[in-house]
Amino acid sequence: MIPEIGHFALVLALVVAIVQSIFPMVGAATNNLQWIAMAKPTARAQFVLLAVSFACLTAAFLESDFSVLYVANNSNTFMPTVYKVSAVWGAHEGSLLLWVLILSVWAWLVSVFSKGISSVMLARVLSVMGMIGVGFLLFMLLTSNPFDRQFPIPLQGKTLNPLLQDPGLAIHPPMLYMGYVGFSVAFAFAIAAMLGGKLDAAWARWARPWTNLAWVFLTIGIALGSWWAYYELGWGGWWFWDPVENASLLPWLVGTALIHSLAVSEKRAAFKSWTILLAILAFSLSLLGTFLVRSGVLTSVHAFASDPERGRFILIFLGLVVGSSLILYAIRAPKMRSTGKFTVISREMGLLINNVALIAMTATVLLGTLYPLFIDALGMGKISVGPPYFNTIALPLGLVLFSAMGFGLFLRWKKDSKERVFAKVRWVLLFALLIGFLVPILFMEHFDWKAAIGVALASWVSLTALLWVQEQGRSPFKLPLSIWGAAIAHIGMAVTVAGISLTSAYSTEKDVRLERGQEYQMSGYSFLFNGVKEVKGPNYIAQQGEVVVTRDGVEITTLHPEKRNYGPGTMPMTEAGIDGGILRDLFIALGEPLGKDAWSVRLYHKPVVSWIWIGAGLMGLGGLLAAFDKRYRRVRRHLAEKKVVDQAALEADATGALAKHEVAANQTGIAKDNEAPA
Amino acid sequence: MKLSALIPLGIFAVLAVFLYKGLELKPREVPSPFIGKPVPEFTLPKLMVDGKTISPNDLKGKVWMLNVFASWCVSCRAEHDVLTRFIKAEKVPVLGLNYKDQPKDAKEWLAALGNPYQHIAVDLEGSVGIDLGVYGVPETFVIDKQGIIRHKQTGPVFDETVRNDLLPLILKLREEKS
Amino acid sequence: MKRFLPKSLLMLITCIALLGSGSILADAERMTFKNAQSETDYTKLVNELRCLVCQNQTIADSDADLAKDLRAKVYDMVEGGQTQDQVIDYMTTRYGDFVLYRPAFKMKTLLLWLGPIVFLLLAIFFVIRWVRSQATSPQSSGLSEAQQESVRDLLNKTQ
Repeated sequence: MIPEIGHFALVLALVVAIVQSIFPMVGAATNNLQWIAMAKPTARAQFVLLAVSFACLTAAFLESDFSVLYVANNSNTFMPTVYKVSAVWGAHEGSLLLWVLILSVWAWLVSVFSKGISSVMLARVLSVMGMIGVGFLLFMLLTSNPFDRQFPIPLQGKTLNPLLQDPGLAIHPPMLYMGYVGFSVAFAFAIAAMLGGKLDAAWARWARPWTNLAWVFLTIGIALGSWWAYYELGWGGWWFWDPVENASLLPWLVGTALIHSLAVSEKRAAFKSWTILLAILAFSLSLLGTFLVRSGVLTSVHAFASDPERGRFILIFLGLVVGSSLILYAIRAPKMRSTGKFTVISREMGLLINNVALIAMTATVLLGTLYPLFIDALGMGKISVGPPYFNTIALPLGLVLFSAMGFGLFLRWKKDSKERVFAKVRWVLLFALLIGFLVPILFMEHFDWKAAIGVALASWVSLTALLWVQEQGRSPFKLPLSIWGAAIAHIGMAVTVAGISLTSAYSTEKDVRLERGQEYQMSGYSFLFNGVKEVKGPNYIAQQGEVVVTRDGVEITTLHPEKRNYGPGTMPMTEAGIDGGILRDLFIALGEPLGKDAWSVRLYHKPVVSWIWIGAGLMGLGGLLAAFDKRYRRVRRHLAEKKVVDQAALEADATGALAKHEVAANQTGIAKDNEAPA
Repeated sequence: MKLSALIPLGIFAVLAVFLYKGLELKPREVPSPFIGKPVPEFTLPKLMVDGKTISPNDLKGKVWMLNVFASWCVSCRAEHDVLTRFIKAEKVPVLGLNYKDQPKDAKEWLAALGNPYQHIAVDLEGSVGIDLGVYGVPETFVIDKQGIIRHKQTGPVFDETVRNDLLPLILKLREEKS
Repeated sequence: MKRFLPKSLLMLITCIALLGSGSILADAERMTFKNAQSETDYTKLVNELRCLVCQNQTIADSDADLAKDLRAKVYDMVEGGQTQDQVIDYMTTRYGDFVLYRPAFKMKTLLLWLGPIVFLLLAIFFVIRWVRSQATSPQSSGLSEAQQESVRDLLNKTQ
């Protein structure tokens, strides 16, 4: 019964989504107030229906209802409850349900927190989001229905991929989807702005907090994936430039460019068409990622489904969404003339360099990821593009980006002077360079120039961020959240880069053969191997080793690396024994039994590797603070007045008079904002 | 309409075409760089005849196949029937490469399933396999009268493979002069 | 990354180790090299060759049988004095360019390797062109210099 309810809710959601897509949009074009008013209720109904559907699927898992094919393929009665829940999104069909649910959550949030937005604009925004929902719901109902039943009903299900039976990996997809889908909000705003023909600062201001929030989730999602790979896969690595990893990085890079570009568009009426294009690009890359991981077009250990049939559907959907938005862009381009001028030395320029570096990185990662496909499609054989390529490119582009990051915070809008900026930052620059070159020499075994550059850049960005906060001239506690947000996010990025540079240069790894009772010295630590014993888990059997770690005779910890077997048809899983710390990680992984009570063991000493994820956490925190800045919430009171004007305008044609009024109202609004601490 | 504003659309269109073509490709399959090149030299002990060796030269002048197999390989079992029928029907000489297997196990396997091979070479360590660019089992090579590799099949041989690839090729190669 | 080897090779390594030929020693270590260059070459090669079985790992990380065999082969060649290029050549002759995670610089990968530079130069070109076009068009604002200065100050007080 419950799966049927879930299925029915899905069908209803599709119907509602179709209504949501058509009526508000047509209503906006024809000034039909009733149809415009349908946007909010349909968005909210969608959310309720999809929540019901999702709940039904979850219930099916919790009850171990193996008559549902999807449940039988991904769960069994021995699995811990928490993984029965995470199995709901652990494979293709269920993850799609999560995707559309999250889409409806964002649409619902937009419908609730939209007091300042004109109803016409809101109608268009929710309509676009509805259209996206239609695409995904159709895809599910036609090709990937999680509620399909099977007969005969098996007595026991298979299992969730053991790799996914892990807390980190359980939350990783929801976080990522919150990010990917969140960019659809900025996308919808961009489309709505283009359709409405009013490309002033307003759409940028409205889109900003939503985009920041989406970016936060995506950052956390990517960081979780990387951290998981590190502690679960057992080889101490945390990023492999795998096609699916790249698929998540691409929208992140563009999203970062977008949040900065929105700042310019909001403040300075510049970068207008560029910001629209970025909003389209960010969401398009999210969709492209969905295509890449489900179509089988690229080899990846990550791939959800390798089904060209499904791939065709997604590609057509991708083509429609991206194609139509880019056609709209081309049509509206002449209207998107930016009026805000700026000189070479200005914050606009700094942000432009930021955008250029990020887009160049995006283009490169995209090129590298798809190149094997291009070559194969052209019949020119098969090649591989892997970490050596991407790492080679990342370094110089990262250099450009980071150098600009420091200056960018200090530059004034529109026009600034070289002398003023240098006067402010020259000591910081010197100090950063000094730190960069001293840290490797003083704290590490040898000098590595890549590490030095990384640390120097990281110091540069952190110190300039702190200096910028200090130069605001007010008590730090009275500063608006957006200032703190930017500073913390930038510092977070710096911490991550410092972590990456130092750990890449100074990690130690040893592959050794140890017998019970044998001790091994590495990096100042002593590892005593006490053999391996068998341990039973809820749904696995493990070979568990014990290693006692001491330093200078003092016991630090005892680690228990494991090799787990989850049953027939699964690969053995390595559970590394990790002693994590702020300054270093000790990482131990079991290899293979070598006979006579001896095992091969891999030992790693990884300095500051945790900074990579601490930095990501800081970036997320910074983005969150910026998204909740008071002025985004206060602005709605200003713009509530605008709403009245908008309604009046609906009865008459939008003329030049209205456009001029808008510009004036915006400038007043900006000036009012700038007086108060915001 | 500004022409430069159409550039993003143009780029996307090109990309979409490639992605569409990509749906028909097989990214996991690695083509052999030996197609059109002579089969690499090797001399290995024969499985069924003690003290004797076999090498590709022994089969020069004929159109033949090299089939990589092992008793531990499940897919080899799956293709065995199809392969055997094809070999018998067309009287194709086939050199079986027993890859990283125990000779005792291989002999038992062949005794149970039947031995279609004219010769069987024992590649205990898999080094000849590496020389041939073998990366999975089973794999089947088609070699012409001059000892040039003309085709490689990765994965088991099915009826369609015989019908569409192997049979026409063997017939064509037999027409060619030595 | 260092991995384990077949038993026969382990015996051989122990023998070499006992000869005391200056390699890094700890008797638990499973792989020893006759010199530092050899070790650097080996490490670099196994981390840049792609496993054909577990196609999303390097042969250094992969647990597949073929990966073990290939690592052993690389070790033999490197200890035998072969250069990185010779090892790469050996692998690509047998497995094609697919096996290289660092794409070879050839005609067909020209776009790949030069692409990023081209992107960057194109971007810089457009930026310069855009900035120049702004400099030539007149200021549209009706504010005086003093007023513009105070507007800038107000704008800069915030983010």
